[in-house]
Amino acid sequence: MAEAMQTDQALPVGSKGKLSSGWWGMLALIATEASLFGYLLFAYFYLASQTEQHWPPDGLPNLLVPCLNTLILLASSISIWASERCIKRNRLRWSFALMAITFALGVRFVVIQLNEWSKKTYDMTTNLYGSLYFTITGFHLLHVIVGLIIVMMLLLWIALGYFDDRRHAAITIGGLYWQFVNAVWLFEFTSLYLLPYLY
Amino acid sequence: MKDSAFRFCNRAAVKCAFILIALTAAPVSAALAENGIAPLNYFLHSYGPASTPAMYLGWVLVALLLIILAVITLLLIRAVFRKRSSEETLIIKGEAQGMRWIYIGTAISTGILFSLAIYSLVTLNIIARPAQPPALTLTVTGYDWWWKVEYEDDDPARRFVTANEIHIPVGQAVLVKLKSADVIHAFWAPALAGKTQMIPGLINQKWLQADTEGVYRGQCTQYCGVQHAHMGLEIVAQNTADFRKWQDAQRKTAAMVSAFDVDAGRNLFLDRCAGCHTIRGTGAVGAHAPDLTHLKSRRLIAAGRLTNTPEHLAEWITHAQELKPGARMPSMALTAAEISGLSAFLSTLN
Amino acid sequence: MSNASQSTPGLNLTRVPDVGSAPIGSAAEIRLAQLWETAPGWRGWLSTVDHKEIGIRYLVTAFIFLLMGGTEALIMRLQLARPDQTLLTPEQYSQLFTMHGITMIFLYSAPMLSGFSNYLWPLMLGSRDMAFPRLNAISYWFFLFAGIFLYASFPLGQAPNAGWFDYVPFAGLDYNTGPNIDVYALGMVLLGISTTVGSINFIVTLFRTRAPGMSINRVPIIVWGTFTASVANVFAIPSVSLVFFLLWLDRQTGTHFFDVVNGGKPMLWQHLFWMFGHPWVYAVVLPAMGIVSEALPTFCRRPLVGYSAVALSTMATMLLGFGVWIHHMFATGLPALALSFFGAASMVISIPSAVAVFAWIATIWLGRPVFKTPFLYFAGFVFLFVVGGLSGVMTAAVPLDFQLNETYFVVAHLHYVLIGINVFPVVGGIYYWFPKFFGRMMNETLGKWSFWVMFIGFNLGFFPMHLSGLLGMPRRIYTYAPNMGWNTVNMITTLGSFIFAAGILIFLANVFISLKRGAIAHSNPWDAPTLEWAIPSPPPAYNFTVIPFVASRHPLWEDRLDEGSGRSILDKGYLLMEGRETIGTTPLDAKPDIILKMPGDSYAPFLLALSTSLAFAGLLLHWRDFTALMSLACTLSLTAWMWPSKALVQCVPDINQDKGAAHG
Repeated sequence: MAEAMQTDQALPVGSKGKLSSGWWGMLALIATEASLFGYLLFAYFYLASQTEQHWPPDGLPNLLVPCLNTLILLASSISIWASERCIKRNRLRWSFALMAITFALGVRFVVIQLNEWSKKTYDMTTNLYGSLYFTITGFHLLHVIVGLIIVMMLLLWIALGYFDDRRHAAITIGGLYWQFVNAVWLFEFTSLYLLPYLY
Repeated sequence: MKDSAFRFCNRAAVKCAFILIALTAAPVSAALAENGIAPLNYFLHSYGPASTPAMYLGWVLVALLLIILAVITLLLIRAVFRKRSSEETLIIKGEAQGMRWIYIGTAISTGILFSLAIYSLVTLNIIARPAQPPALTLTVTGYDWWWKVEYEDDDPARRFVTANEIHIPVGQAVLVKLKSADVIHAFWAPALAGKTQMIPGLINQKWLQADTEGVYRGQCTQYCGVQHAHMGLEIVAQNTADFRKWQDAQRKTAAMVSAFDVDAGRNLFLDRCAGCHTIRGTGAVGAHAPDLTHLKSRRLIAAGRLTNTPEHLAEWITHAQELKPGARMPSMALTAAEISGLSAFLSTLN
Repeated sequence: MSNASQSTPGLNLTRVPDVGSAPIGSAAEIRLAQLWETAPGWRGWLSTVDHKEIGIRYLVTAFIFLLMGGTEALIMRLQLARPDQTLLTPEQYSQLFTMHGITMIFLYSAPMLSGFSNYLWPLMLGSRDMAFPRLNAISYWFFLFAGIFLYASFPLGQAPNAGWFDYVPFAGLDYNTGPNIDVYALGMVLLGISTTVGSINFIVTLFRTRAPGMSINRVPIIVWGTFTASVANVFAIPSVSLVFFLLWLDRQTGTHFFDVVNGGKPMLWQHLFWMFGHPWVYAVVLPAMGIVSEALPTFCRRPLVGYSAVALSTMATMLLGFGVWIHHMFATGLPALALSFFGAASMVISIPSAVAVFAWIATIWLGRPVFKTPFLYFAGFVFLFVVGGLSGVMTAAVPLDFQLNETYFVVAHLHYVLIGINVFPVVGGIYYWFPKFFGRMMNETLGKWSFWVMFIGFNLGFFPMHLSGLLGMPRRIYTYAPNMGWNTVNMITTLGSFIFAAGILIFLANVFISLKRGAIAHSNPWDAPTLEWAIPSPPPAYNFTVIPFVASRHPLWEDRLDEGSGRSILDKGYLLMEGRETIGTTPLDAKPDIILKMPGDSYAPFLLALSTSLAFAGLLLHWRDFTALMSLACTLSLTAWMWPSKALVQCVPDINQDKGAAHG
């Protein structure tokens, strides 16, 4: 019994990185959110496989801007990862700067995506494809906006000097969420933009 | 000590067994005693190759599962009441003991379940398609809350439409295409075949066959709105000659009988009913309600709600919303003269 | 003020936790009570995050929903007692059966089990609270508000009326124009939030806040039921939330997901609904089976036979449960090959259930049963479980299911599952844990009466439903003709259901009488083996004066178990009293690896749940500005909630405070 009762061991206190409950909670949240997007894409493929309509209705999607936008998101994945790395090494300014870049890239993605939306010749109610396209990308855009609010708060908290190399669980957890949102986009991009070229 | 434990055990066992037997036996016998046989049952009788194998499967399952239930119940009762040796009660037995129960029990259950799975898949395969290709194809469309029945034929002139009563030739497989005009319904004539949903935007197919002449009851079994309870139909299985005769009669347009009250009734019909109902050969071509060209020939009216007598018909026309609240058919406010005229006209629709 | 200065040492980034003992009445114990107790009055009522308080609220609220759903059922049974009755209009009947289903399946069965788990988990796992106390509070508030939301249109005669599985296109705008379906759709999304955050909380609690030494193979068996259900919820709830949201979009914005004219597919609804629906069935029975696996051995005076087998079978059931949703759709015209696969899978899923049944019977057989009321409920449950399981095998046989589907046979089956496998263990569980909840025993005489009346009434009421199903009675018909052969069975069913209801009333009377006059219970009145029985009844706010060290599955039976196992230490352990704290341990071996700072009471959960629910109400009523305002309020309360707190060491403490701590 004594073997597990090493009571003289010093333990970290409070929210420390991946030991914090928040990290585990975020993993579970991501599991459920990933399922949500999984079901959305199931709905898309189910309806696409059953449809008699032309799919997508206005022909194959133009890939240039969406590809660019995907690259922007991927860049933001790198910047937020680097931001966390910097805070781990106590480079607060660098961390702040990289978080700010993440924010700017995220905003850029949203702007481009809204612009893409406005160029579509159909909307949510025009046809079945439109309903799916705007719902699926809309769900993602909403997640990006939530992610941007999180990134904004992280920026603020870094600026307020809340975090250093010892305590920065919020950045670890928020960063994980951002990476998840970007990963979702890769699935959506593949399903909505790339796969139509294959069938 | 021993005696009292046994008596307790026996008493409990008898009690449980009694409850079980009473629960099963009383309603079965009562149900059978009342009015002969439940017309929608599929467990005591079935009359065609699409349903009989499923009924046998049901018998085997019920018998087997009742035996399993009895065995497990007895084990449970014995486990509860069995006499314990008077060992030291404070010692608590270890966890490892008793795994044999799980091994043996699970092994037997697995064996039974796999056999049942195979048996049911074999049965599924048997009833999946008829032995001979179907001799007759008809399309049934579910409406809130009645059935449109279209008899197909290569010759468009020989096609015809009727409602709520399907006639089929005995001993022949019939292909039924299932459609819906509004919400999801399910077509079910249990004595002849299992149910299949009628889903808007889809055409499902099923087949059925009656090996005995007779009238078989059908019913919608997917909740489809307030009058789901009163969405019945009948399938009349006839010998080939009678069936042909019926088909020929159905293909005809309505007979033009002329008499004073019939004419009045016809005019009233054209004025008040033709928006929804069709009577072929007249100006009534409504498509929202049952085709009434040969109304008089049907056994039931209002999708199985009432038997087809002149009194019921008049009652249905004037009090539809009381007989089927919420149905699309309105209660018509008619004078006595109008009712008798309408009845006279409708009674000509042989 | 003094509190704050005292808690400053807790802001150290690392420390060696103090070990000691804190008997009741000692200075340490008094300090713990001060730290953990909720403020009295309405402030404490709205802001508490105490898992015990929340657990009791869940139980009481869910039980009220059970009574409401039960009343709806009794009214329907009166209508069906005899043929051609006109007690209810068809529309009233539709609303009643829909609300009965929604209430029992969503507002009673799962929340009831959440109540047990919320109350019991920290006590069984040796923790001072759940991993996320505020999340726990908000999951209750969301549940309560979603329940109110779902019932909001009931008094207006506009309740949901399309059955609890709400098939389109009947639930679409073309056939259902009222607000009823929108209420159902939005209410389900709201309830989904509650269930999801609750499930996340259980998962993290299991992995992170067990007492030191409680390795993963030593957790009480009930935990596996709720854990499995929670994992399933995490993956399944999004499906139902999404499908209801899509329906709401179709109805309110004119999208075409289920719109047949524009290429939408009603079958999409059935797939997404049952992909959720079938795992959900297991989510509402596995934790209840866990109650039995947990409590039955106490009354058999021996450990459960086959702990690992039962835990694994629980998880296997759920895993298979994700692959059998098609068996709700056998009659939709799918190809025979697909039906064969899902039919066979639906039979295979009975195998893990067989493991559990034989484990229970073996436990009784090899034990020495103590004939107390909870034992009666659990033994009775085993019988009902077998009936429900076997009728499930019949519905898994595809060709037979073509007949059984949508008849009263299925109604009988699902009531044996939901009442037999949920209500009986739940009532038995209340008899069992009532002394822990309230410090008083429930009356045994009334208890035995309640069991026998419930058991006989239930079987009398629901067994004949199998027969009405075999005699062809479809479900969801508001009346039937006298010549269908269903008169006697329906009369018996109605009689039985009222007898069953009388049993529930006896139980309820027993609860009220025992609350006032029950014999005072000591900490372990049943001589049970698990940690919750090591602390006083009712438990103090902080649960454990010291975090126990656990060395076996049955810490309180170790002296008497004939197999030598480790010895747990319950009276000496981590004190953890520099603010609200508990120990975090590694997921598998439960070795301490962090001191978790627990949040204090907070209004944020109540406010966030309220503003979210009001935003949903705004969506329902088309009040755009109001919805926007409430969404803003959500964002603000969420930001406030997430704001890194120095007291919880979510951010680095100030240098000044560090110095202060060093000096102090």
